[in-house]
Amino acid sequence: MTTQNEPSQTSKTFSFTPKIEIKALEVLQKYPEDWQASAVMPLLDLAQRQNGGWLSQAAIEYVANRLSMPLIRVYEVASFYTMYNLKPIGEHHIEVCTNLPCWLRGSDQLVQACEDFLGIKSGQTTDDGKFTMSEVECLGACVNAPMMQINDDYYEDLNVDATIKILSKLKAGSKPKTGSQSGRRSCEPATGLTSLLHQKKLLDKQHNKGKG
Amino acid sequence: MLKDSDRIFTNLYGLDDPFIKGAKKRGDWSNTKKILKLGREKIIESIKESGLRGRGGAGFSTGMKWSFMPKEIGERPHYLVINADEGEPGTCKDREIMRHDPHKLIEGALLASFAIGANVAYCYVRGEFFRETEALQRAVNEAYAANFIGDNSCGSGYKFDFFIHRGMGAYICGEESALIESLEGKKGQPRSKPPFPANIGVFGCPTTVNNVESIAVVPEIMRRGDEWFSGLGKINNTGTKLFLISGHVNTPCAVEEEMGIPLKELIEKHAGGVRGGWDNLKAVIPGGASVPLLVKEECETVTMDFDALRELRSGLGTAAVMVMDKSTDIIRAITRLSAFYKHESCGQCTPCREGTGWMWRIMERICVGNASVDEIDMLEEVTHQIEGHTICAHGDAAAWPIQGLIRKFRDEMIKRNSGNSKTIKAA
Repeated sequence: MTTQNEPSQTSKTFSFTPKIEIKALEVLQKYPEDWQASAVMPLLDLAQRQNGGWLSQAAIEYVANRLSMPLIRVYEVASFYTMYNLKPIGEHHIEVCTNLPCWLRGSDQLVQACEDFLGIKSGQTTDDGKFTMSEVECLGACVNAPMMQINDDYYEDLNVDATIKILSKLKAGSKPKTGSQSGRRSCEPATGLTSLLHQKKLLDKQHNKGKG
Repeated sequence: MLKDSDRIFTNLYGLDDPFIKGAKKRGDWSNTKKILKLGREKIIESIKESGLRGRGGAGFSTGMKWSFMPKEIGERPHYLVINADEGEPGTCKDREIMRHDPHKLIEGALLASFAIGANVAYCYVRGEFFRETEALQRAVNEAYAANFIGDNSCGSGYKFDFFIHRGMGAYICGEESALIESLEGKKGQPRSKPPFPANIGVFGCPTTVNNVESIAVVPEIMRRGDEWFSGLGKINNTGTKLFLISGHVNTPCAVEEEMGIPLKELIEKHAGGVRGGWDNLKAVIPGGASVPLLVKEECETVTMDFDALRELRSGLGTAAVMVMDKSTDIIRAITRLSAFYKHESCGQCTPCREGTGWMWRIMERICVGNASVDEIDMLEEVTHQIEGHTICAHGDAAAWPIQGLIRKFRDEMIKRNSGNSKTIKAA
C-alpha cells in the first residue's frame, strides 16, 4: 500500500481554461446524469495537465465543486492513484520500470544511468525543475524490456547508451524518438517475423525507411 | 504451429494500417449486421460452443458469463465493461490490440453488448497507455463516422455507444469490482461478492466485465463459426491466444499461437530460444507475476493451456511467459514481485495490507542471507494465512509466487541462510 502526502498549498486559485473546459464537458457526457462523480478521475487528470503536471489543493477543490462532491471524496481519489502528483513535478517525469521483465534485462543499470546523468536519486527532482525521476511498477511493454515512460510516451528496448541519448536530447530541449530504440517496429521478434509471414515485405519496407 | 490463415490478430505488429481502411481490408466490420440479426441467444450460444475462456487470467467461460445477465432488460440498463487495465507484470497484449487492431475490439464490443442487452460499453484503459488510448479513440471516432456504432449500429437499428475511461495507475483496478468502483469515481477497492456484477455492477446495474482479448476475438469467432475456434487448441482449452515471451530469451516478442502449444516450442520457435541455449534455463513464470514458477524439467513437456498448467500447480493466467536463465538470482526475482504486491495492495483487508509488507520484508532478508532457516517455514505458513482470507485475489496472488519458490527452490533458500542461528528475528 502506498500513501501520498497532503497536497501542496502553493497556488491559490484554479479554474479550467476555456480550451480545457470544452474537454471537461465532453468527459461529462460519457456518464449517466446521476453518476457525474464518475468524471472525477478524468477531470483531475485535466486539472493536473493544466496545472503543470501536479494537483494543487485549489485544483482538487475546483474539481470537487464542479462535481458537487465532498472534498474528502475527491482527495481520496487524488491520493489513491499513483498518476496524480500532489507535489510539483519536473517538466520531464522519467519513470523507469523495474518490475521483473525489465529487471531481467538490465533495468538496474538504467536506474543507475539516470541517477548519474541527472545527479538525483529516484523520487527526486533536479534543482532546475526539468527532471523528476521515479522507479515504477510494470508499465505493460514487457517484450520490449527494459523500458521507461517519460510523460505520455514509452521508450523501449533500452540500454544505457540509448537512455543517456534520450536524456541528453530532452536536456537540450529537443524531442527524442519514442518507442523501440533498437530498430524494432513494435513487439515482433527482433530477428524477423515468425508468424504473419505475408507482412514480411511491409516489415522490410519499414526497416529500409528507418535506415534511409 | 498455428497457420497464418487461422490467426485472428493479423496486424499484431502494426505493420499495416491499424485504422478503418486497414481494418476493413482485414475483414473487420464485414457481415456485422448479419451477425446481429442472429439474435442475442444465438450469439451467446455460439460463444459458449466455441469454448472461449476469459483471456484476462481467470479463464472462465465467456459465453457462460454473458448468460448470467438478466434475460429481460428491466428498469436498470445493462452495461458491458471492458477491462483494459493491463498491469499484470509480463503482460502486454491488450496494448497491441488497442494500438494495432482497435477495430476488432470495437466490433467485438458491439456484438458482446448486443448479446448481453447493453447499449453502452465502457473500456477502462490503464492511464499509462496514453498513446494506446489515442489510437483506440481515433478508431472509435471512425466507427461512429461510418455508422458502425451509434444510433443505428451497422444499420441494425441497435443503439450502441463506446466510451473510454482512463485509469490513473492502480494495478488493483484490474480486479473487476475495483474497476467498477473506479469507474464510479471512487478509489479502486474491490467489493465483497455477492452481489456479482451481473446483478449489481456499474451504476447499480447489471454488468459484464470482460478482458480486451476476450472481446476482440468475438467477431472472428462469429464470422468463421464456433466450430472453427473450438477445433483449434485442446479440449476445454480451445482457440488461439496471444502469448508474451519476455526475459532471458534471444528475441522477446508477442505472438498469437494455438492454445496448448508446448512451452518449449513457443520459446524456441518465436522467441529465438533461451539465452545461452535451452540447457541454460533455470525457471519460467508462465502466466504473469501471480502464477507459481516452473522449473526446467517441467518446462520440457508442459503445454500452454489452463488445465495443463493448473496440473503443475501453476496457471496460464495472462499467458505472459517470463523466462529466467541460470544467471538469475531466483530469490531476488520473487522478492521483486513481493515488493510489487506490497506496493499495489489497496489496503482494504488486513491480511493483504499487513501480510504483503510482512512477506516482502522477510523475503528481503532471505534474499540477502539474513534469515534463519525456520523462517522459511514461517513464511510459508504466513502465505497460507493470507491466501483465501481477503475480499479479492490480490492476497492470493501475492502468496502464490512465494509458495512456488519454496516448493521448487527451498534448497537454495536454505543454503543462502544456513549460517544463521535458529532464533526467530522480528520481521
